[in-house]
Amino acid sequence: MNVLLSLLSDYTFLMVAAGTALLGGLCGILGSFAVLRRESLIGDAVSHASMPGIVLAWLFTGSKTTGILLAGAMLSGLVCLLLIRLIVRTSRLPFDCALALFLSVFFGGGMVLLTYAKRLPDAGHAGLDRYLYGQAGTLLAKDVAVCAAGGLLILLITFLFFKEFLLITFDADYARSAGLPVRALTLLLSLLLILLIVLGLQSAGAVFMSALLTAPAAAARQWTRSLKSMCFLAALFGALSGAAATAASCLIPGLPSGPAVICCVFGIAVFSLLFAPGRGILFCMIRRLLSGTERSPRHD
Amino acid sequence: MNSISVSVRTPADLPSAGLTAADAAVIAVDLTAAYGSSPVLNHVSLSVPKGVMAAILGPNGAGKTTLLKSLTGLLKPVSGTVAFGALRKQIGYVPQSSSVDRDFPVTALDVVLMGCYGRLGLIRRPGKKEIRRALEILNSVGMREYADRQIGALSGGQRQRVFLARALMQEAEIYLMDEPFRGVDQATEAVMISLLKQRREEGKTILIVHHDLKTVAEYFDWVILINRGIIASGPVHEVYTRERIAAAFQALPVWEEDGL
Repeated sequence: MNVLLSLLSDYTFLMVAAGTALLGGLCGILGSFAVLRRESLIGDAVSHASMPGIVLAWLFTGSKTTGILLAGAMLSGLVCLLLIRLIVRTSRLPFDCALALFLSVFFGGGMVLLTYAKRLPDAGHAGLDRYLYGQAGTLLAKDVAVCAAGGLLILLITFLFFKEFLLITFDADYARSAGLPVRALTLLLSLLLILLIVLGLQSAGAVFMSALLTAPAAAARQWTRSLKSMCFLAALFGALSGAAATAASCLIPGLPSGPAVICCVFGIAVFSLLFAPGRGILFCMIRRLLSGTERSPRHD
Repeated sequence: MNSISVSVRTPADLPSAGLTAADAAVIAVDLTAAYGSSPVLNHVSLSVPKGVMAAILGPNGAGKTTLLKSLTGLLKPVSGTVAFGALRKQIGYVPQSSSVDRDFPVTALDVVLMGCYGRLGLIRRPGKKEIRRALEILNSVGMREYADRQIGALSGGQRQRVFLARALMQEAEIYLMDEPFRGVDQATEAVMISLLKQRREEGKTILIVHHDLKTVAEYFDWVILINRGIIASGPVHEVYTRERIAAAFQALPVWEEDGL
């Protein structure tokens, strides 16, 4: 208990926890859209695809400034996403296949580059690993500032275009017929997602970002009927998990925050899948036993 | 006129004598559409005047949905021109209800409110006025008590009413509907037809891909018969004849004994 209290009075911890909580919250919101668009694995692809960008940024500039590395991450993530969409549009390759292909090849390429970087005489490569697994405990004030600025930008744009994002996710054909610029809006949503993933790499790591994008949303869906509430709840789950993981990462030296966040959100997701009233598995089992008839658990 | 054009050919003779661009709701000239390399619609030219309820009829695979999608701009035609007597956002499209994810976290009211998004423009949110109007429209389709129900919890007919309500919310000039009565109960069909007839009295134009030949004469005053190409397009009493239907369907309908 004393340890927790001392943590709460630590200014650095509070700042970093606030940063990861903001990111976790945003993952909940944008993740809700990704999950509903059946693009949950996009987060996986982009975060894995960011690795070569990070290593190349360091190899070319020799600098480990967060801004530069994250710019590299964004670029390679964006290229990967555009390639996936292009292949799907111009060939008969199904979406999940294209995703798996590019995810692996980009990530593999990134690992090869990282191994090469580690072999170089200069020790500057140290610390590039933290983008793989996340190391929220080692975030500097500067990093948190970048995250906060980027995070607030994402929040603002999502708030402004909420109803447009809702419509293109629910019924893109109708949106198009009503004259909405569906292509541009989809690109905007994708860009926000990529930015968020890249910002979150330091906290959750490339390997775990997709879980952070999907678990809070999946959990939140269990408790609500409206997209707005789903986003709020998912944001709450994500934020709490982010803060808790930062605490764990600070208290247990060397613990990567990525796995810590995942344990939190996954716990919340499993609880929601089991116990949510109406949609929860337990609830449906009880209802079936009581009524003695088969009922689909899928609808509210 | 708001038009989508790919390449313009010399217009074939437009059916329905003497319709000028001004009193047409929709004009298609030499429209050819394909999925991949196989053409589904061949050189379709038609003209629908304003203020009619038109049925698009044809056998399975005739290209009815393709025609509708080409008209709404959802499918880019290989060649041809489409022109509307109304702005983009005045065109209300009601897709087949099966195309939407039923588990999506939206209520009936949320769906109807989507109808005003085009009018509000980017960023602006629906306010009290829009919500009140949406509830009124839900009432007119008999779905007021279901406003807060998630759409997956509604029956097929109820869902169809909600999608119609969304198009009505748009206050569209032209309604394009894809098999709205398929799998829908009698009561729902009656409610929907009466609302659409009201809109027609107000001068709106309605195009419906229809699957039930028995109700054509009762509901519609304009018929478009297609089977990959245009068979006929015109007022129902002129076009909806035994010979023309046979040509479109390549066989007489089963109920010929009852007369048309």
